[in-house]
Amino acid sequence: MTRTWQAAPSVGHPMARVEGFDKVTGRARYAGDVALPGLAYGWVVPATIPRGRVLHLDVEAALAMPGVLAVLHQENAPRLTDIGEGTLFLFQGDRVPHWGAPVALVIADTPERAREAAERMRVDYLPEPPDCVFRADHPALYEPRFVNPHNETVTEKGDIDGALAAAAVVVDAEYRTPAQHNNAMEPHSTTAVWADGRLTLRTSTQYAYAWSQSLTRLFGFAPGTVRVLSEHVGGGFGNKGNPPRPDSALAVMAATLVGRPVRVTLTRPQLWPLTGYRTPTAQRLRLGADRDGRLVAVEHLAAVQTSRLVEFTEQVTMYSRPMYAAPHLRTGHQVVALDVPTPRWMRAPGEAPGSFGLESAMDELAEACGVDPVELRLRNDTADDPTTGLPFSSRRLADCLRVGADRFGWAGRDPRPAVGRDGRWWRGTGVAGAHYPARTVPSTAHATALPSGEFVVRVAATDIGTGARTALTQLAADALEVPATVVRVLIGDSDFGPAQGAGGSTGTASWSWPVVTACRDLAHRLASGEAVPPHGLTSTFDSTDAVRARHELARYAWGAHFAEVAVDVTTGEVRVPRLTGVYAVGRVVNPLTARSQLLGGMTMGLSTALLEESIMDGRFGDYVNHNLADYHVATNPDVGELDVAVVDDPDDELNPSGVKGLGEIGIVGVPAAIANAVWHATGVRQRELPITPARAAL
Amino acid sequence: MREFAYARARSVDAAVALVADNPGARYLGGGTNLVDLMKLGVERPDLLVDVTGLPMHEVTEDGDTLHVGALVRNSDLAAHPLVRERYPVLSQAVLAGASGQLRNVATTGGNLVQRTRCGYFTDATKPCNKRMPGSGCPAIEGEHHNLAILGASDHCVATHPSDLAVALAALDARVGVQDLAGPQEIPLADFYRPVGDRPDLELTVRDGALVTGVALPPLPAGARSAYRKVRERASYAFAIGSVAAVLKVDDGRVRDVRIALGAVASHPWRARVAERALVDAPATPPAFEAAAEAELAAARPLRDNAYKVPLIRNLVVAVLSELVGDR
Amino acid sequence: MTVPELDSTVRLMLNGAPREVVVDNRTTLLDLLRDRLDHTGTKKGCDHGQCGACTVLVDGRRANSCLLLAVAVDGREVTTVEGLADDEPHPLQAAFVAHDAFQCGYCTPGQICSAIGMLDELAEGWPSAVTADGRPPSLDDAEIRERMAGNICRCGAYPNIVAAIREVAGGD
Repeated sequence: MTRTWQAAPSVGHPMARVEGFDKVTGRARYAGDVALPGLAYGWVVPATIPRGRVLHLDVEAALAMPGVLAVLHQENAPRLTDIGEGTLFLFQGDRVPHWGAPVALVIADTPERAREAAERMRVDYLPEPPDCVFRADHPALYEPRFVNPHNETVTEKGDIDGALAAAAVVVDAEYRTPAQHNNAMEPHSTTAVWADGRLTLRTSTQYAYAWSQSLTRLFGFAPGTVRVLSEHVGGGFGNKGNPPRPDSALAVMAATLVGRPVRVTLTRPQLWPLTGYRTPTAQRLRLGADRDGRLVAVEHLAAVQTSRLVEFTEQVTMYSRPMYAAPHLRTGHQVVALDVPTPRWMRAPGEAPGSFGLESAMDELAEACGVDPVELRLRNDTADDPTTGLPFSSRRLADCLRVGADRFGWAGRDPRPAVGRDGRWWRGTGVAGAHYPARTVPSTAHATALPSGEFVVRVAATDIGTGARTALTQLAADALEVPATVVRVLIGDSDFGPAQGAGGSTGTASWSWPVVTACRDLAHRLASGEAVPPHGLTSTFDSTDAVRARHELARYAWGAHFAEVAVDVTTGEVRVPRLTGVYAVGRVVNPLTARSQLLGGMTMGLSTALLEESIMDGRFGDYVNHNLADYHVATNPDVGELDVAVVDDPDDELNPSGVKGLGEIGIVGVPAAIANAVWHATGVRQRELPITPARAAL
Repeated sequence: MREFAYARARSVDAAVALVADNPGARYLGGGTNLVDLMKLGVERPDLLVDVTGLPMHEVTEDGDTLHVGALVRNSDLAAHPLVRERYPVLSQAVLAGASGQLRNVATTGGNLVQRTRCGYFTDATKPCNKRMPGSGCPAIEGEHHNLAILGASDHCVATHPSDLAVALAALDARVGVQDLAGPQEIPLADFYRPVGDRPDLELTVRDGALVTGVALPPLPAGARSAYRKVRERASYAFAIGSVAAVLKVDDGRVRDVRIALGAVASHPWRARVAERALVDAPATPPAFEAAAEAELAAARPLRDNAYKVPLIRNLVVAVLSELVGDR
Repeated sequence: MTVPELDSTVRLMLNGAPREVVVDNRTTLLDLLRDRLDHTGTKKGCDHGQCGACTVLVDGRRANSCLLLAVAVDGREVTTVEGLADDEPHPLQAAFVAHDAFQCGYCTPGQICSAIGMLDELAEGWPSAVTADGRPPSLDDAEIRERMAGNICRCGAYPNIVAAIREVAGGD
């Protein structure tokens, strides 16, 4: 593997987003922004029972309403191929799998008319008793064959029970995190257009190529039929990852049925049942240590929920597998299938809730042993992955903790809880470690030299706000040894060929490999005198073989979070005046956008700690606070001073650019750091999120 | 949203004539609540009468009373020099609500007649006695962590979401309304009906009455006022508890006190039990706490909102103590 | 009233240009801009006044266009993100790019329109929830944050948004 660590003209220097002015002037067109002649609008008719059957739909009444073109439902929908994805197997029968599942789609000539007809649609149901409430002792919990994406359900090393029985100090505690919804600012929207035998979708996706493949198989189209475009995507956080979300399949059905372009845009409340969320978790942590806080045993077990449609098991306890050294280590998962919407990816799936469990328990261990929480983590650092025994490609957790402690001003902290009273506020500080897997996935890219002297790079990447388009521009420019101003990176088009999606912090790590390799090859061809024909000279690279040829190593990004909190003695309101995050994330391509991503992760972590909870009413099977007034995400004044730093992390064992993703690491551990700080402020442990005034009140 | 006709009212009389006795008609002011509820299918009017052109935009003095027109926007009300000077509690309450853009559009009159934010009321697919009388109240056994602890019934536990109205309750404001019988002014305290068995009937005025303004009597000389709101995020959220208070203290004793509580009942809750307990009482935290406890003795919390009882008690003590303290 | 009219003719000044369009009375200003006038810079995030992505300036004041009926803004001046730049970008637009005050960009048009309206409100001396009683408001970070509370950014660009606004407004 080759790399270029030496200072390069573009990489490593801050660069404003290449699409920045398009976004601040309103020129950037997102999925629902494209005007088309003859556009019709589809509106979902959602189920209003959690379980049962559809007996009758009053389609005739809807069709009689002004402007209604058609109603899609179980009797006229195209027959689909079962691709193992129940959330897309729409209108194929009369079963209602959960509250809010589509039972029909009304298509009309204006959105106002479509909406009214959909809302007036009378649906008769045969309801059945539902089971919608997740609990840690649900009798139907079971161990699935694997957890997301394809990981072991259980890992076991040593004799955990024996080690715990013999340990000088034991922490045994349960932690809970609620269901959380991604709530990207852009609601899911798809516009489907048939032309010349091809179907073009403009849609809100993190994964254009995979969506084109999934929809092709679902509808049984000939390969190459479906083109998915996603030039600009208004956030995702996992919510627009693979598989395609129902709006895309519904738009395809509708455009096919009415023979004109159709747009299906979900309302904000419809996102709750239809697009995914993070499962609630119940976690049990048992830590055994000697009196100096050296771990002898770590056990991390988690229970989560999934739907009846898909088995989706969040990999909660994977967080504890590589994190701290322990001779005896057990992790496991159980899942229960309920009559609820299907959980999906949400920023740092697994690691975000799992780190709340382990990093909170570590704080309790620090208290029990009388060891400083930073020092406790340093004492339990390790050179090899404690679960697999594999060496780490790099592990700079200790650097992150030390640099963070220094920046934050941790030294001299009074370890006693509830001693920091300051007027109406209790004040406290807390820390947590963090890691996130550094994965790289095979992808294909094309680099083209044009006769004008400009270069075009094409890769089916997506920029959901990560800055990927800009980072790839910088990487391509350096590989071509030209200024970034003459390089145009085109993304968000499935026709560019197989490529990873924007998810799991894999995007730039995966796309940069073929982009850089193709660009280097092109530069070499130009340098050796190859002529540029009128249509351009193109080099293509597919990284599949190269990715698979890598050594087996434990590859991770690392981090540490420090929080200062203030808890109002009168009301229990928690404020976070200060957060410090320090990260080892491989090579930073664009310090400007990298910092933004880390800020964003920390902000979502803060939001998760204090605000976010989707509340299930089990009688309806509905998350009843399904709007942005009742599901709170952080606003500007919730966020105080955020300090972000990265430590040097040269890692030769990743990809040719030395890039680790940094979309998720910023959220990991933040809720634990804040919860630990609330304990330090008040003396009351916070083992359940979010830490609302009701929970923090003294 | 159902199709509707739209008319611009040319006079108050004409507006009232169009809406009174027409259950399908609604007044449109700022629309920040009405349009929201129409999109949710909770309100389904067939006629909107736009009253924003009517002459109800002014804040005027009449002797020592301040008159606020029903169409005065929240942001103009909060920024008005006389309001800031004489009624800080009112300015603070308005600024604690919603967002800058909503306050620019939302009106004083509309604020008073806004509907509850209970999630079962705003979801037309759920039962709700307020929206659909007789259909039941799922909140009592369901999600109610931010619903009422005072004055609720077995039929409804909704809260009134306003901040502004809580301040008005503490200020002994009077509400100007006009219906077919003509204009009248009624105390804010008498403007809202107790919940009882008809939570759909929220106001004491006749259907189709138009709120024309609010009259603010002067505060007692030497009285101070303040509003404090607790919410689950730092801003742009409805209260989980709030207190508006007016307090006059002489020689360490309470000479005049008015306390109104928000987010605890179907309407701004005037804490008269606490007020009575404080007359001529020492202006000290223990006395404030005892008064708050006396008021909250009537609280009937539900499974998940009992935290509001100590929250309100602490808030009352904190706000009154702050009003006693030197500035 | 005679036969109810369910449509209305709306005349408004959109970014300085007169527009006249017949709308279904149900149409919001947001949907009029996006679906009828191809001004899609203004975004729909929640459609209920709960996120601020649809913020525009109506007669110079910021407002959530999702909660304004188009028919009710007849005769008004509406400024959207498309109308802020002349030959040069508006200083706030340039500052948002320079400070990386957005990631996905979906809330950005609303943030920028809101910031413009907010700075005018501040210049008028309007108080906010964090303004001390009786004092003129200053442009510190706490004021900017509170006054921008009605614009949610799920990507979490808040510190950069505050920095961009502070730079343009010349605050502390």
